[in-house]
Amino acid sequence: MNAPATLDARIPPGPLETKWDTFKAEMKLVSPANRRRYSVIVVGAGLAGASAAASLAELGYPVTCFCFQDSPRRAHSIAAQGGINAAKNYQNDGDSVRRLFHDTIKGGDFRSREANVYRLAQLSAGIIDQCVAQGVPFAREYGGSLANRSFGGAQVSRTFYARGQTGQQLLLGAYQALERQVALGQCRMLARHEMLDLVVVDGAARGIVARDLATGAITGHAAHAVVLATGGYANVFRLSTNALGSNATAIWRAYKRGAAFANPCFTQIHPTCVPATGGHQAKLTLMSESLRNDGRVWVPCVPGDTRRAPEIPEAERDYFLERRYPSYGNLVPRDVASRAAKAVCDAGGGVGPGGYGVYLDLGDAIARLGRPAIDERYGNLFEMYQRITDEDPHAAPMRIYPAPHYTMGGLWVDYALMSTIPGLFVLGEANFSDHGANRLGASALMQGLADGTFIAPLTVGDYLASAKLADVEVGVTHPAFAEAMAGVARRVEALVSARGRRPAAAFHRDLGTVLWDECGMSRSAGGLRAALESVAELRAEYERDVVVPGRGSELNQSLERAGRVADFIELGELMCRDALEREESCGSHFRVEHQTPAGEAKRDDARFAHVAVWEHAGPDAPARRRVEPLAFTTVTPSERSYQ
Amino acid sequence: MKLDLHVWRQRSVADAGRFERYQVVDASADMSFLEMLDVLNERLAREGGVPIAFESDCREGICGACGFMIDGVAHGPRARTTVCQLHLRAFRDGQELWLEPWRARGFPVVRDLVVDRGAFDRIIAAGGYITAPTGRAPEANAVPVAKPEAEAAMDAAACIGCGACVAACPNASASLFTAAKLAHLGHLPQGQAERASRARGMIAEADRAGFGGCSNAGACEAVCPKGIRASTIARMNRDYLAAVWRGRADPVDS
Repeated sequence: MNAPATLDARIPPGPLETKWDTFKAEMKLVSPANRRRYSVIVVGAGLAGASAAASLAELGYPVTCFCFQDSPRRAHSIAAQGGINAAKNYQNDGDSVRRLFHDTIKGGDFRSREANVYRLAQLSAGIIDQCVAQGVPFAREYGGSLANRSFGGAQVSRTFYARGQTGQQLLLGAYQALERQVALGQCRMLARHEMLDLVVVDGAARGIVARDLATGAITGHAAHAVVLATGGYANVFRLSTNALGSNATAIWRAYKRGAAFANPCFTQIHPTCVPATGGHQAKLTLMSESLRNDGRVWVPCVPGDTRRAPEIPEAERDYFLERRYPSYGNLVPRDVASRAAKAVCDAGGGVGPGGYGVYLDLGDAIARLGRPAIDERYGNLFEMYQRITDEDPHAAPMRIYPAPHYTMGGLWVDYALMSTIPGLFVLGEANFSDHGANRLGASALMQGLADGTFIAPLTVGDYLASAKLADVEVGVTHPAFAEAMAGVARRVEALVSARGRRPAAAFHRDLGTVLWDECGMSRSAGGLRAALESVAELRAEYERDVVVPGRGSELNQSLERAGRVADFIELGELMCRDALEREESCGSHFRVEHQTPAGEAKRDDARFAHVAVWEHAGPDAPARRRVEPLAFTTVTPSERSYQ
Repeated sequence: MKLDLHVWRQRSVADAGRFERYQVVDASADMSFLEMLDVLNERLAREGGVPIAFESDCREGICGACGFMIDGVAHGPRARTTVCQLHLRAFRDGQELWLEPWRARGFPVVRDLVVDRGAFDRIIAAGGYITAPTGRAPEANAVPVAKPEAEAAMDAAACIGCGACVAACPNASASLFTAAKLAHLGHLPQGQAERASRARGMIAEADRAGFGGCSNAGACEAVCPKGIRASTIARMNRDYLAAVWRGRADPVDS
């Protein structure tokens, strides 16, 4: 079988502004009375998953929703701090759908699909309406109207926020809508269930295999369509800002069943995180990018200056972002800010233990606006910082350093958010669609809710109405289910009976070190080749030497971790291959061989204005690389300048 | 630093459970409490033991997954701090500590320090929402919300659903959790239409799940990592009384 080298995203014809309307006008509908005959599985209960499950259930489809956490309210969307973008133009500062679209395309360094990004910008305003109606307590002005703040990569204030807990409040809104459908009997919620395989029948996604994490029971679940909203894979680096449980297993299992994986090497390193302190550290903690609104990033002019930060006079500080990027200053996009901090520290100019940190200083803002105003905006972040470091950020600037945070790459989807497997939809961070090579702040929440609330409920319906699915209800007695369930059971058994010496956590640390060093903020051909060898060795060693305590038939957190780490190792290999093949720099993907004289990312549009789409070719063959060419009809790709 | 831990080990809900003792000898004051347990668990795995099950996810105090008793105090000794944000600098070198799961009829033990808090989801499903199906929302700025009301809603909405309030309460009451959601939605104009049915539904479900009533002990407020005030419970009681009173003359709402 020879698949064509390029993929068709099935983008509706016509001008950008009317594509989504065209899609909606031409899509097929399932009549209200027939919807109860089509069941949908939603895996993941974050913003994308919970909003999709609730919205699909509201339409009348019987939905079963899965999450690995003990409650859908704990999905990692909850940890998003700063805010959610929307082109409301409430500030009268010149914002528009067109401008949000343009900022997102440019922020992504011209590696995202215009049609999807334009639709995202169009849907953004309705998301805010929906959330307010659900009772999300956004920040307000004294007149009672909604407040906004500015964010990196934009020159307008379009970010809506709920203190430093925007993700929490949006997720609770979606979760509450989901629980309402649970109470109505329209949605069945299976918490503490982890998807371990996708079931494909006659080429279409027809269900999943899940493990009940409390009892170890392995069960099959059939449906007419499967929606994955299982988040990103930044934990491939082990130390990231993601929750400990965030993992790639669902999308990786789907990949191995035939869903193509797009741009795996596009991983975002967030500039403002609390620096790591020691080997015991379980994760890195983000300090919201919104701090860069009022905070100024600097290091001492003289490397190795041992004075305390407040004792260093203004003239002896290097505000390196303001110096290098005068027009955006501290609000440059994340990839730019992260690389600038790394460059300063690599040159020996960093601060704090180990020299891998820069100051984020809110002193000027506190002096200008007063401590209460700053505490109202960022109080919870200050508290968090103080807890971790035992230092008071009111008295001395915070120390920050970049950390893996988000993955723009993910399963490839077409305009309808359907993967290369018919009937398998992928939403939110788990897909690749909207952020190109770099995501702008406050855009992940926007995308999760756009995908789940407004797009998937319609596109899934369109699929169900047009797909010629087998008349016979595919039950879990189908051979494809039996095969997948037996495979999962074998895998679990192999892990718990492994008699090696090293826990999966140790392998995860090794993998993280290799990927952070060679496939992190800067990458080179030589480094990536070496990383590919190291990861292959690690994979072999894992098979030989992992130990998983406990049994498969009970709550076993070591077993959960072991399965996820095994998948991360395989994914790490694909990331390195993708990074090696993309011989250009763009957004977060910085190849040292390809940079401008000023040290900025240098794209190669002639060769790489495309999405790299990887297809699994079996256990012993290397993955196949296909492409989706990117056409820019509205925005002309240019060198991204934030100077 | 060193710690002398007594940890509750219980294989399943059917198992009786008992304390087991572990010596931690290589901890550092900059570790979080859970990172110390991670290190201990990795050692247990290498030595052929079975690691201690405890729940956590975000490790930054917002997801609400973590939580257990340290010396009888939910989330341990530091006020307004989840156990994932508690660092060992809060303890003395060589200190002896007793770790136990949340103990409440509504929270059956799953394993070791992990309990089943599904009852909280059922309380939310019983009315802890605003009915706003996708597509029916008016323009977001159409209804102004006075800043103090929005702030009060946000104060209550900060609840992370960890269950510490239940664990600390002598009655194992879920009142603070339930009241926080009622206050969040009740402070907003969008939440008024269902205010009465919400109070009745959520409180009835909390009773059904086996949580006790509130007798004003105030232990919940003392351990709440998000500083939810016990006064929200008084507000819940007012909502409930008003709902029950109205319910007598309101057949639609009964």
